Amino acid sequence: MTTSTITIATPRTARPKATPRQGRVLRLFLPLALYLVFTVVPFYWMLLFALRPAGSTSLLPWPLTFEHFDTVWNGMGFQVFFRNSVWIALLTLVFVTFFALMGGYALARFRFRGQKAFMLALLCTQFVPGAMMLIPLFNIFQTFDLINSRWSLIIAETTFQLPLAMILMSGFVRNVPVELEESAMVDGCGRIRAFLAVVLPLLRPGIVAVGSFAFIGSWNNFLFALMFLNDPELQTVPVGLQTTIGENTVDFGALAAGGVVAAVPVVLVFAFVQKYLVQGMSAGAVKG
Amino acid sequence: MPLTRPPGREEASSAVALAVPNHNRGPRLRRALAPYALIAPTILLLATFLVFPVGSVVYYALQHHVVNEPYDDAFVGLDNFSRMFGDSQFWGSLAFSAKWVATEVALQLLLGLALALIVNETFVGRAVARALVFSPWAVSGVLTTSIWMLLYNPATGVFHYLSEVGIGSQGTSVLGNPDTVFGAAVVAELWRGVPFFAILILADLQSVPRELYEAASMDGAGRVRSFFHVTLPHLRDAIVLATLLRSVWEFNNVDLLYTLTNGGPAGATTSLPLYVAQLARKSYDFGYGSALTTAAFVILLFCSILYLRLSKFGGEK
Repeated sequence: MTTSTITIATPRTARPKATPRQGRVLRLFLPLALYLVFTVVPFYWMLLFALRPAGSTSLLPWPLTFEHFDTVWNGMGFQVFFRNSVWIALLTLVFVTFFALMGGYALARFRFRGQKAFMLALLCTQFVPGAMMLIPLFNIFQTFDLINSRWSLIIAETTFQLPLAMILMSGFVRNVPVELEESAMVDGCGRIRAFLAVVLPLLRPGIVAVGSFAFIGSWNNFLFALMFLNDPELQTVPVGLQTTIGENTVDFGALAAGGVVAAVPVVLVFAFVQKYLVQGMSAGAVKG
Repeated sequence: MPLTRPPGREEASSAVALAVPNHNRGPRLRRALAPYALIAPTILLLATFLVFPVGSVVYYALQHHVVNEPYDDAFVGLDNFSRMFGDSQFWGSLAFSAKWVATEVALQLLLGLALALIVNETFVGRAVARALVFSPWAVSGVLTTSIWMLLYNPATGVFHYLSEVGIGSQGTSVLGNPDTVFGAAVVAELWRGVPFFAILILADLQSVPRELYEAASMDGAGRVRSFFHVTLPHLRDAIVLATLLRSVWEFNNVDLLYTLTNGGPAGATTSLPLYVAQLARKSYDFGYGSALTTAAFVILLFCSILYLRLSKFGGEK
């Protein structure tokens, strides 16, 4: 044991002695390969069913067909669901990011009475069972005449995502040295101008992280859409996806093609923000 | 870092500066109120759509409130709660929830920790490997369900192909069998749950000071020893917080079980939130459902406080 060297978190150059290649394969690449198979095979399976003709048992999507996409996109209304989901997710993104910026800045840069209590309240929201809020939320939205309106989803999603987004954002604001703002204010900027000119550009990774979390979370939400929207013209992609499962005979091609439609936007967003993800998590959620 | 303003911003920001005076010139009151103004929208949202609903759940819990029997609405005190104690389905769903949370969180932690340690090392193709193994994190419950239904289907899923090459038996329906449905649901949830843990742990792993490893190495500690004496203590708070948040989310999560098994077969996978959802959807019993919700909330809160105490969260490392 004493002869082995430490490789955890140590770049190759800092390692005193070269690790035996076999150890590295067993320790690193074999488990990684196994986990990659576990991750990738389900995605591949979905693509396979979406792209090969109905009834085919080939393990390669060949001959390639787009009939299933035509079925879900034009026949099952995914064209409409997709547009609805995009609007709901984008508006949620805007609201969550904007309010999180405001509140995160307040938490990071001001000391005020009730600050601790507010932070605690934000954390406590995580214990509230969202699924169990459906009954009272339904009643509230009915009072405001928002049932069968996309605003019910946008409001509910914004409310449930905001607490964590704000904690995350306050972590990002704290990472921007306060001296930068102070010197800008000495130079004659107001607080808001100093914020817009100095802090905001430096917050870009945080804004990207928080915004994309909001988009992905809203895009994926299922229960709120199921409960608050009845009109098929207003439905979202996850509910549309559920209806392809819900029947007695499952059309696997349609299910898979619908899955691809549901996955593409979030996977694109994920690919774009992947490098900010780890940073985003360490900035706020863990360090609080 | 020089204080450079991006070009084209001058006009917009000076307009704002006119509207709101400089902080050291402006009235003191305005400065004192600024943080409250900044958090006001959040407070308004949380109060209306979170705190008020929680309050009304507690209110409903003390009522007889069945939606399709509106004339029987009445204050019944703790009747709903005493009914709960005699309800075997409540205890069954609570036991399932406990088993589900414990299994999921333990496995997600172990696999997530291993995965984070692996993708924290330097190797060719690390960025691609990270992107791939983390990608299910972005995927929703319903999409996870769709994917795993395709995989688990006895006629066209992976088990069918495996049985053709002699592994397992033909026509295995893992979701239709009470003995295998738990494992099948656990694996599907692991698929999208492990990346979350891995991302969170990786984030913290990158903040371990390198000197600690060098010092441990000087003292003759091997890889295993420095993992237990340097890495793990450093990760403790992150692990406590991640397991706590994840436990609550796994407890409250409905979408996967709702769409994958709908609590079946024969109630084998009915978690407590699923039971409440069924009460609301099938029997419209909002009063009793609210009592169960209140109970779940109290149990979660109690377990969380206990867990934070026992794990000495935020204490000396």
